[in-house]
Amino acid sequence: MINDLLVSVMMVAGTFFMFLAGIGVLRMPDLLMRLHATTKAGTLGAGLVMLAVATHFLDAGVTARTLAIILFILLTAPVAAHAIGRAGYFVGVPLWDKMLKDDLKDRYDPDTHILHNPDDDKNP
Amino acid sequence: MSPLSWNLILALVWAAITGNFSGANLLVGFGLGYLILGFALRDVPDFARYREKMPRVLMLLTHFLRDLLVSNLRVAYDVLTPTHYMRPAVVAVPLRAKTDGAITILANMISLTPGTLSLDVSSDRSVLYLHVMYLDNEDDLRKQIHKLEDRVLAVLE
Repeated sequence: MINDLLVSVMMVAGTFFMFLAGIGVLRMPDLLMRLHATTKAGTLGAGLVMLAVATHFLDAGVTARTLAIILFILLTAPVAAHAIGRAGYFVGVPLWDKMLKDDLKDRYDPDTHILHNPDDDKNP
Repeated sequence: MSPLSWNLILALVWAAITGNFSGANLLVGFGLGYLILGFALRDVPDFARYREKMPRVLMLLTHFLRDLLVSNLRVAYDVLTPTHYMRPAVVAVPLRAKTDGAITILANMISLTPGTLSLDVSSDRSVLYLHVMYLDNEDDLRKQIHKLEDRVLAVLE
């Protein structure tokens, strides 16, 4: 009884967060903010659904697999977001015009692949 | 052998003795093994360090999960309401972590916590560039990352 309730809550919350990730991709103004929506909401959503599966079956084999899936999502989602965001930024995907500041601007040298830090500006 | 593998062996022994290899029982065995190692071998430096490290790992995990939840609620609110409240920026944050492993873990955790996404590390590894969704106060952000870094370094070193 209480188990079913827990499973339902986690299922609904998980799918809701995945749904949000989808809407976020549509609604956010630029690439980087779309990545914010998909990485975080997607990870949490998939994680919650997996936890719901584990709670429903209460079986060592299933639990081990769900934990492995959660672990791999936690490992891969941020790496993928980082790779896409970095590539997008350096390729020159336009960013939202309401950005407050951009510390990374002009710090990357596409020829040498060296990324400078802010201190380099003072003593080049 | 490392303290962690001893602890895992104790967990397996516990599961074998109780005749129940379910995940929950292995966890109980791991907890008991941790207590036994922490008490019986408290004079061995390796094990003493292991005893201190374990709670830090748990701390890191719980903080991480809480941050993940909070970050989602804030982004969820912004996705669902018609006006955009975002104040995005790309900020350079100084790094103290020097090893590949520490920087990787820190960058991954940053990507999964409140409104921050790691973009790149400068070539000399002194600075991490982040994309922030809500830049209210740059010093607060630096402090927040600093705290996260402390927790990551406490586990790894």
